[in-house]
Amino acid sequence: MSPQLRRNLLVAALLVGSALSPAAFAQEVNPDASIRIGSLYEPQNLDNTAGAGQGINEAFNGNVYEALFQLTDAGSVEPKLVDSYEASEDGLTYTFKLKDGVTFHSGEPLTAADVKYSIERVTAEASQSSRKRSLSTITGIETPDDQTVVITLSARSISLPYNLSYVWIVNDAATDITATEDGTGPYSLAEWRRGSALALERFDGYWGEAPSNGEVVYTYFTDATALNNALLTNAVDIITSVQSPDSLAQFAGNSSFTVTEGASTTKELLAYNDRVAPFDNVLVRKALARATDKARLLNSIWGDYGTLIGSFVPPTDPWYVDLTGVDAYDVESAKALLAEAGYPDGFEFTLDTPDYDPHPIVAQFLQTEYAKIGVTVNINIITANEWYTKIYQEKNFEATLQEHVNHRDIVFYGNPDFYWGYNNPEVVQLVADAEAASSEDEQTEKLRQANEIIAEDAASNWLYLYPQIVVSAANVTGYPVNGLNSQFFAYDIEKSE
Amino acid sequence: MVLFVLLRLLPGDPANALLGVGATDQQIAAARAQVGSDQPLYLQFTSFIANLSRLDLGTSFVSRALVLDEIGNRMSVTLPLTFLGFLVALLLAIPLGVLSAVRSDKWYGSAISVVSQLGIAIPVFWVGILLVTLFSINLRWLPSGGFPLRGWGNFGEAATGMILPALTIGLVMGASLLRYVRAATLDVLDSDYLRTARALGSSFPEALLRHGLRNGAVPVISILGIELASTFLGAVVIERVFSLPGLGSMLLLAIQQRDYPNVQGVLFISTLLVLLIGFAADIAQRLIDPRLRNKLRVEA
Repeated sequence: MSPQLRRNLLVAALLVGSALSPAAFAQEVNPDASIRIGSLYEPQNLDNTAGAGQGINEAFNGNVYEALFQLTDAGSVEPKLVDSYEASEDGLTYTFKLKDGVTFHSGEPLTAADVKYSIERVTAEASQSSRKRSLSTITGIETPDDQTVVITLSARSISLPYNLSYVWIVNDAATDITATEDGTGPYSLAEWRRGSALALERFDGYWGEAPSNGEVVYTYFTDATALNNALLTNAVDIITSVQSPDSLAQFAGNSSFTVTEGASTTKELLAYNDRVAPFDNVLVRKALARATDKARLLNSIWGDYGTLIGSFVPPTDPWYVDLTGVDAYDVESAKALLAEAGYPDGFEFTLDTPDYDPHPIVAQFLQTEYAKIGVTVNINIITANEWYTKIYQEKNFEATLQEHVNHRDIVFYGNPDFYWGYNNPEVVQLVADAEAASSEDEQTEKLRQANEIIAEDAASNWLYLYPQIVVSAANVTGYPVNGLNSQFFAYDIEKSE
Repeated sequence: MVLFVLLRLLPGDPANALLGVGATDQQIAAARAQVGSDQPLYLQFTSFIANLSRLDLGTSFVSRALVLDEIGNRMSVTLPLTFLGFLVALLLAIPLGVLSAVRSDKWYGSAISVVSQLGIAIPVFWVGILLVTLFSINLRWLPSGGFPLRGWGNFGEAATGMILPALTIGLVMGASLLRYVRAATLDVLDSDYLRTARALGSSFPEALLRHGLRNGAVPVISILGIELASTFLGAVVIERVFSLPGLGSMLLLAIQQRDYPNVQGVLFISTLLVLLIGFAADIAQRLIDPRLRNKLRVEA
């Protein structure tokens, strides 16, 4: 084949290819559609108390398993398997009435014993649930009849319904739930192939409203580019969370795709070890905060996406206040603060940087920024596993970068033993008081105060809030846009074909 | 033994992979007890060897699945991928290698040689990305990656999913094989026995096929064995580019998570396979070359 002919053929083929891309003609919603979801977060096993990772929340929360309460995509906590509930005057006894007619996928009815079993699964000694600590005030679970659960607490816990939204209700007769399931959700597990995909099918015996689609297939990718290619070539319908900002351009300008930016709870932060010099000095922490041009950092990583934050609290938490004005970018005042703190010529510190995006880029940015005020940053790249041992467990570090994904996690600042070692008795007290509050208003007020104090103390350097970006094919609608706590409810997704 | 010690010298603890931020000291201790990383090293090692002798590769720390089951599952991707890639490489390297040697005086003989040199220089993942851009994103002929949920039960989809990755492996492996085939053929062309065969009245193609091929094949086969083994081990890059659930991606994930049973299992099985390939290459050489067989008999 002559080079000329080959070139002509290639051009012709490209033209044919582009002519075949999805045309915009009228389509109808298919109630039995198969929704193909592309994700980077494959669950390691199917049990959220056995170290399965965030992928299991994405696939199973609200889809396969339900809880007594549900954290909705809008951030509110609503009853799910609970019909009604009441708390005693002293806030130490909660009585829950379960919904009628709920059955597990195995066909067995939901009873109070299942609820007791499910909560004890999370609080059990061997449990690796990240929510174990938050349920530690539970001292007893009684089941006076099949529809009633009575929980007694050692101290008031205003967040009990919220914390229970993490507790999957599992059939107490189920075995081997690291590889199978028995939940009450609108979908049951059809098939799982490790390293590749997980399929859920509509459960016909579901107690609530039936899903708007027939089947959901989560396909897992290890590489963000491969995931984007899959959406471009119509191998998946939705990407749950775009992690490569550069790739957005190919979707944003194309009418075949919809790009949605929701509210995320993932915060990128420079966490100091507040126990060690010079970071035990509030002036030094404030100086570094003022020396950081966060707007430029966010823009260089995410372009027009993402949000600036002035503390650890994202706008979806009830106790959010705009604190971006505290220690705003101001290099001159940063230098003055350093001099006042006794470091007129700056200092040197080691920044332990996880080896995956975006941390290495952020570390380099900070290195350049802080050089301007005479502070030398030595970047030390570590793996996620080393981070966990060196920093989280041994607290052997000066400063580190980390993303914190959880919702409502300001309470970490009320724990002086947490890895960053922030210890302000006032905040410790406020966080404790908030949990013992008698109303949500009171809880919100206490945590709002705590929020303002940590900002004034520059407890850490909160760099920005990640955007939560979902990209889908234009014929797919109804998916959750915020993905709080990595959940991805699939039952309202509609696909036109 | 070496594997075992090296793995445990890595910083980090397998228990970490199981836990998230918010874990208590109690939870960490429980996780360590569960995966056995709280045991002294020599105890971990002896139990590993004892289990190995029973072909029990253990249970993954993270997925809680049997390592051998998981490996079997992953093999159903990696083995066909490796052999398809190998086949493409052979189909490419042998005819083109012979052609470029026989016609080394012609322009296309040299051209093949130059192009193959280029093929060796290009990194394999880049070839993969180029093929995806052309055949998947622009032409929409083939999937850009992934493996169907039902595996080979969904044969059509599984097979089309294999084409681009196998082609990528085949092109890169074929390029370096081609060099060896060309060199071996040039040797044969220079040889006395070929001239003698021609003098006895064989036509050039006949002489080349009857006498040249056999002689040329011996060195090529030993290279083939090495190439096949390295492709098998190197599949990790290709599996990543194409998001294939093969042995390579299993190994990569297991290392990141310090999932020792999975890492040891994959390495054990890979070593076994590489030895088998080497053994097969030896046998093939002896079948082709009677001199090697005789040598064996004399030694025996």
